[in-house]
Amino acid sequence: MTDLSMPQSQTEPRSQSAVGKVALRWLLYVLLGLFALYYLMPLFVMLTTSLKSLEEIRTGSLISLPREVSFDAWKTAWSGACTGIQCEGLRPYFWNSVLIAVPAVAISTLLGALNGYVVAHWRFKGANIIFSLMLFGCFIPFQVVLLPMARLLGMMGIAGTIPGLIFVHVIYGLGFTTLFFRNYYVTIPSELTKAARVDGAGFLRIFWSIFLPLSLPIIVVTVIWQFTQIWNDFLFGVSFSQAGTQPVTVALNNIVNSTTGVKEYNVDMAAAIIAGLPTLLVYVVAGKYFIRGLTAGSVKG
Amino acid sequence: MAPILDINKLYKNYGATEILKDINISIEPGDFLVLVGPSGCGKSTLLNCIAGLEEITGGTLSIGGNDMTHVSPKDRDIAMVFQSYALYPTMTVAKNITFGMKVRGVDQATQDAKLKEVAQLLQIEPLLNRRPSQLSGGQRQRVAMGRALVRDPKLFLFDEPLSNLDAKLRVEMRTEIKKLHQTLDASIVYVTHDQIEAMTLATKIVVLKGGVVQQIGTPAEIYNNPANLFVADFMGSPAMNLIPAQAHKNGAGTQIAIARDSGETLVLNDARDLALPKDVILGLRPEDIAEAGFRAGDGVQEAECLVDMVEPAGADTYVVSELGGKQVTARLHAETSAQAGKMLNLAFDMSKVSYFAQETGERLN
Amino acid sequence: MSEWLENHLPKVVLAPSFIAVLIFVYGFIGWTAWVSLTRSKLLPKYEIKGFIQYERLFDSPRWDTAINNLYIFGALFIVIAMVLGLLLAILLDQKIRVEGAIRTIYLYPMALSMIVTGTAWKWILNPGLGIESMVQGWGFTNFEFDWLVNPDYAIYTIVMAAIWQSSGFVMALFLAGLRSVDGEIIKAAQVDGIPTWRIYTAIIIPSMAPIFLSAFIVLAHLAIKSFDLVIALTGGGPGYATDLPATYMYAMAFSRGDIGQAASSAMIMMLVVFAIVVPYLYSELRAKND
Repeated sequence: MTDLSMPQSQTEPRSQSAVGKVALRWLLYVLLGLFALYYLMPLFVMLTTSLKSLEEIRTGSLISLPREVSFDAWKTAWSGACTGIQCEGLRPYFWNSVLIAVPAVAISTLLGALNGYVVAHWRFKGANIIFSLMLFGCFIPFQVVLLPMARLLGMMGIAGTIPGLIFVHVIYGLGFTTLFFRNYYVTIPSELTKAARVDGAGFLRIFWSIFLPLSLPIIVVTVIWQFTQIWNDFLFGVSFSQAGTQPVTVALNNIVNSTTGVKEYNVDMAAAIIAGLPTLLVYVVAGKYFIRGLTAGSVKG
Repeated sequence: MAPILDINKLYKNYGATEILKDINISIEPGDFLVLVGPSGCGKSTLLNCIAGLEEITGGTLSIGGNDMTHVSPKDRDIAMVFQSYALYPTMTVAKNITFGMKVRGVDQATQDAKLKEVAQLLQIEPLLNRRPSQLSGGQRQRVAMGRALVRDPKLFLFDEPLSNLDAKLRVEMRTEIKKLHQTLDASIVYVTHDQIEAMTLATKIVVLKGGVVQQIGTPAEIYNNPANLFVADFMGSPAMNLIPAQAHKNGAGTQIAIARDSGETLVLNDARDLALPKDVILGLRPEDIAEAGFRAGDGVQEAECLVDMVEPAGADTYVVSELGGKQVTARLHAETSAQAGKMLNLAFDMSKVSYFAQETGERLN
Repeated sequence: MSEWLENHLPKVVLAPSFIAVLIFVYGFIGWTAWVSLTRSKLLPKYEIKGFIQYERLFDSPRWDTAINNLYIFGALFIVIAMVLGLLLAILLDQKIRVEGAIRTIYLYPMALSMIVTGTAWKWILNPGLGIESMVQGWGFTNFEFDWLVNPDYAIYTIVMAAIWQSSGFVMALFLAGLRSVDGEIIKAAQVDGIPTWRIYTAIIIPSMAPIFLSAFIVLAHLAIKSFDLVIALTGGGPGYATDLPATYMYAMAFSRGDIGQAASSAMIMMLVVFAIVVPYLYSELRAKND
């Protein structure tokens, strides 16, 4: 498969005719184009299906454009589709997700920034072990905490509530947010902290006046990462919510798998797009930071 | 007058590792103390201990007569200039300089007046509204000094402040720091690994190695009378020639025999009455070996040597010859006729020789 | 007092997070481990009865299916996503003019929820109206593609959707790796007259070993945790043909009311992740401390 990279072979100009080189270059672009189609196809199908009538879906082809564009499915998906017994569409659940994501992202980012600042610049005995323990917490399969967490939320009286979900997302987001900020702050020279201490600034003053103003890029990365994680979460949502507090992913799944009435594929697709839209928008607007978060989250250091 | 800085039996450990051992230093107001040594010798740690950025493990430390052993950096009445300058990247030059006063709640009028004064002194007025990233290395250096000067502290601490500058700028800034010291009559502790910086700036030098003080003295004392082989080798460039030799009592003076590759032993006489063991290391600076006829004095002894190499360096020409199994460098005048492979008559100024014990490396005379 | 606070503020700030992690990660793992050794059913019991839940687990045909599915899904998903990701990265590394746009297209599925991805592929793979009917409509009336509802093949539809979702991300990892190879080494090889494909196979790819490891860890981790995609795409069915450990655990915990089974299956998942991640994290942390 590495042979496909040969088009670049400029090291032996005489062995390859100019025509052959151009042909290889074309082949390269055709391949890249085909892959682009592969990745875009599902989105295209979702979009066209959501704009078709049920009749057209049954008679037409999967990838044909809608003969008549109709936004009825979108309306239904937003405010009329049934998730089990209720038929209010995605709207209430969309707002649930917003109500869960915004505070959870804000709190976990702020705590991550403070933790990262401590771990990177105020090392004390045992700080390394604490950081390692927190880091490992990022990797556990959450199944292993589902049962005790369900019981604890019950004991705290926040089972099935939005504050309960916020709490869960903050707790299990802390490892990653701490890691992000820690990896960013270790690149800031420790002399800066020393200079500020000699200048008379204390722990919080240094954080506020010197580190925070430097942190915009990593705040963006962390906020995007946390937002994507929390918005797209399903496991916690489905385990710790009840009717009325479910996040949008759970509601989407309920709409798609609801067995009452006729299967409305166009509504399913519209609902799927609505549920995916916020993270997709974030990706389009701030893709650079999104990718940085992904790679920072996987390749440490 | 009380010493401005008094360090007494200071120890510093990281876990089981001893970083600094039994450090005793005291300086008077107006002193320019340079801590010099190779990397890893503990000089920066010592400076951090003086600043209070590192807790010390044992001993006491006082600044301006007040015990500061467990006082936090902000209450030590010090200012510090860092190797990387450590300018706050998101603040303008003016804010960088006044940040310390702002933290301490100094009123705005005083801040402005102080800022103006320092900016004038350092000639950085046009830079006040810029960010550190928009400054050149030399300008950053000035701002970092401005941040320290504005505090008007009892004691200035400099942590290798010139090592990030290019060679030319380094010499310029060196001169400027010296000038500042003289105009302000400030007390300074300055860390460097560059022995030339130490020689040019210091009124007092501390040579450190492996966390242990090797010698404390004026630049002249350190240069002329190094306390041991390490100091002799570390201070001065090109380094002091250190030649294994044998000493014999010879009347009132001492006879020194140095083996040569040619088999013929070089014998030199030191007129001083010294009590030396038989095996010694003879230390002689390159400038104390001249071309015969260009150096006069009681201790001068001439001898013919085979020139292995000639290295013209502009103002001087260095000549390398083998003595006692070592490459010995002599510093000759620029117009010397020395040629590689030829014999040359060299004049050794034996009155300048330092002797060291072969085993311990300690100075003998 | 304020002096004490100032000196200990870093610890005070870190403490709540650390305590939270101790309780909610390590304490909870301990709780689950404990319960997995009891006869808990609908409610947890705390009397230790040994490995009876694990014996039940390994006797269960449904768990057997879940583990087999994890092997199939994990192996195919990891291998194909890595091969595809590397291929795409190398293709994109050829000084492509619209690289930014293409990269954006390849990577966007990663921004989507697995539930959205599952919903989309469920529709595309729908035997009556999806690809099957589309190809039939082109005249291939005998074309059959009913994997989604075929118990023997449904697991492969999960592989397909998962690869669509994650391969762009693997590409991004590899592309970053390709770009980080020392340019002078490549120049030296070019001056030596080594053909481009040899430069890739002999110099660039071997030097990316750490990236392969990272990609493997991330993908393996994704595979073991896979839950939402299965729920959205097949619901674990037909029957329990596409169950994975994660869906097994969830079914036991929340619909079958068998806490003992849920806890023991969660512990097995935990141990698998542990076996993969801990050596990796350990070497990473040690490398950084050196």
